[in-house]
Amino acid sequence: METKNVMIVGVGGQGSLLASKLLGRLLLDAGYDVKVSEVHGMSQRGGSVVTYVRYGDKVYSPVIDEGQADYIVSFELLEAARWLSYLKEGGQIVTNIQQIDPMPVITGAAQYPENLVEKMQATGAKVDAIDCVKLAQEAGSVKAVNIVLMGRLSHYFDMPEEAWIKAMEAIVPAKFLEMNKKAFELGKNA
Amino acid sequence: MKELMLGNKAFARGLYEAGCCFVSSYPGTPSTEITEEAAKYDDIYCEWAPNEKVAMEACFGASLAGRRAFCGMKHVGLNVAADPLYTMSYTGVNGGIVIAVADDAGMHSSQNEQDSRHHAIASKVPMLEPSDSAETLEFVKLAYELSEEYDTPIIVKMCTRVAHSQSVVEAGERVVPERKPYEKNIPKNVMMPGMAKKRHPFVEDRMKRMAEWSETASVNRVEMGDTKLGIITSSTSYQYVKEVYGDKVSVLKIGLVNPLPTKLIKDFAAKVDKLIVVEELDPIIENHCRALGLTLNGKDLLPICDEFSQNLIAEALGEKAAKGPSLDENVPVRPPVMCAGCPHRGLFYTLSKNKCTVLGDIGCYTLGAVAPLSAMDMTLCMGGSISAIHGFNKAGDGENEKKTVAVIGDSTFMHSGMTGLANVAYNQSNSTIIILDNSITGMTGHQQNPTTGLNIKGDPAGKIDLEALCRAMGFNRVRVVDPYDLAACDAAVKEELKVDEPSVIISRRPCALLKYVKHNPPLCVDKSKCIGCKSCMRIGCPAISIKEGKAVVDQTLCVGCGVCEQLCPVKAFESSAKEAVLANSSEPLKAAGLPAADAAGQRKEGN
Repeated sequence: METKNVMIVGVGGQGSLLASKLLGRLLLDAGYDVKVSEVHGMSQRGGSVVTYVRYGDKVYSPVIDEGQADYIVSFELLEAARWLSYLKEGGQIVTNIQQIDPMPVITGAAQYPENLVEKMQATGAKVDAIDCVKLAQEAGSVKAVNIVLMGRLSHYFDMPEEAWIKAMEAIVPAKFLEMNKKAFELGKNA
Repeated sequence: MKELMLGNKAFARGLYEAGCCFVSSYPGTPSTEITEEAAKYDDIYCEWAPNEKVAMEACFGASLAGRRAFCGMKHVGLNVAADPLYTMSYTGVNGGIVIAVADDAGMHSSQNEQDSRHHAIASKVPMLEPSDSAETLEFVKLAYELSEEYDTPIIVKMCTRVAHSQSVVEAGERVVPERKPYEKNIPKNVMMPGMAKKRHPFVEDRMKRMAEWSETASVNRVEMGDTKLGIITSSTSYQYVKEVYGDKVSVLKIGLVNPLPTKLIKDFAAKVDKLIVVEELDPIIENHCRALGLTLNGKDLLPICDEFSQNLIAEALGEKAAKGPSLDENVPVRPPVMCAGCPHRGLFYTLSKNKCTVLGDIGCYTLGAVAPLSAMDMTLCMGGSISAIHGFNKAGDGENEKKTVAVIGDSTFMHSGMTGLANVAYNQSNSTIIILDNSITGMTGHQQNPTTGLNIKGDPAGKIDLEALCRAMGFNRVRVVDPYDLAACDAAVKEELKVDEPSVIISRRPCALLKYVKHNPPLCVDKSKCIGCKSCMRIGCPAISIKEGKAVVDQTLCVGCGVCEQLCPVKAFESSAKEAVLANSSEPLKAAGLPAADAAGQRKEGN
């Protein structure tokens, strides 16, 4: 199988680590060669952050480059737009509609662009934008945004739901499992 | 069992399996997790040292005692540890010594982009370079074998993309070699001129023997494909090359980058029509090949600056690179910022307001340089702030000292700040030094240090008293301020700049991200009071923005630090907890479970 690429993008501190951990586990259990690449350190301090997840028969590069992502999963709308050029032709964007102002917008040096979903769609990209914060709250915790997004991603992934649940059971603490399962379902059916 | 493992975690696994017994490191992105992961094995003694030089020397001692030892650092850390390294090359080892150095091409979290291979060549120490997690584990185990067989410390070079990528690893068992007896050996271990002169030929001979080994070693691997193009590469560049070409071209993958093989390279070159060297940063393999008289391409096609990727290599080598959709929209940048509630913010606001010249240092607080605070004039290296302010003031004709401060974090001060402070105390420049004590090593993700009172496992440890230390070094003026208290910060900075003697201000407040720190409820803005003057925007807090002309506080980000409300001319910020925060500057320290400081800046006996 040709290597498939998933990018998880967001703002430092939004909790993309659990999402990449879940994906990594899922894909490894499914028998794929997997590489997950993340960046630590200064860029994590409220900056734009990206995690690359790659899987297939044999994965070489740990990173994803422009025009290569089969999926971009975004925790924040502007970040989906920032990484748009990494999307492969026919690739799918799954994004939270939450907007977090970056410092240039806060200080008034720049504007947060309007109608980003429509503008991304106008480039031919397939964009699925959902209110993950609302769904996560419905599931029981705003912190479950990552699992809501994974639930939505599962909608496009050729992988049985039992495999996702099994991976979740392996990495989520038992006391949060039910809440996360609910968040996953809400995301999947959004 | 197969598992997905971070390169740095695989490194730690390698240490465990190879029977390493002693680990001493200083944190530095992207190397930190090696030591953090090693500390999770109870069978390995692990510690954070004050700096990389101390860590490496401690390793040397552990090796003398007959145990396998390790120290890890980032590329610039090896500059600090270069002094012991270059002579440990001469002494060699008793128990094996492995050193990790992690380069940061692309400067994700670094102040320069230096190539550590130069240090390996200059110090005549062998260097292995893995390209993924499985290889990292394998190379660490091999490194200990080589270290003891060839009587040399050995460097395993990581880079951001190997250190911080997870790939599949199969873990093995730990085997601890018996402790080698310590035997007194003056000619080998006492490097005075007469002895060192005899060791130098040993070093030269050792590197010759290692080069011979490298000709047939399995770490250097030929993968023959089509012979029209041959690529010599190593580390993560190998992965990018394979991503672009798969098995279509011929590849010589170098695992031992110092010393480099000669015959292996010549034979490979002879089999291919065209030869290209693909390596990140400096042309080291390339220059070696050119010295062998080979015709090839390298840095004429590929950049020296920044990290590589598969597309970059594809384009440089004339292949087709993928392109994605482009958005006709100006997407605002999202640079890293000081966190909401960061204790550094109040202090940097004060420095900005007083138009101070700020000689900075390495840590989260380097973000004080970012707008709107823009309160930094210089950042060079660990400890550079204090040494530089001394020179800046001495040469400043009495003018600079009226408005210049040095700022340095608690961990950075322990690392390299004390010697600079000794110079200020000894040669008496009228310098004002601010130690930003957030009670942790913040930037690298919360590592303990000699001022925190805890060790790498979070257990109680020795604790250095910063105030007592500065006084002992001869500073008469040492005071402590709470950076959440803007009036106190302002008074301290103005007074210490005014006095005609060197002084130290300790700005003390634990990092807002520390788990034990208890936060106040978030603040909110009374829209009927807010006049939209944007005074609160001057501190660059990510939790505050202006919506429809009025300030708005993001309730999920705000930790109720209260710095913004001190700037509001109409008292539009509201919080039930604000009186408790500002009434007494030492209260929050007590609330955070830390010893408070009295007015004279002397630390009381605390919990």
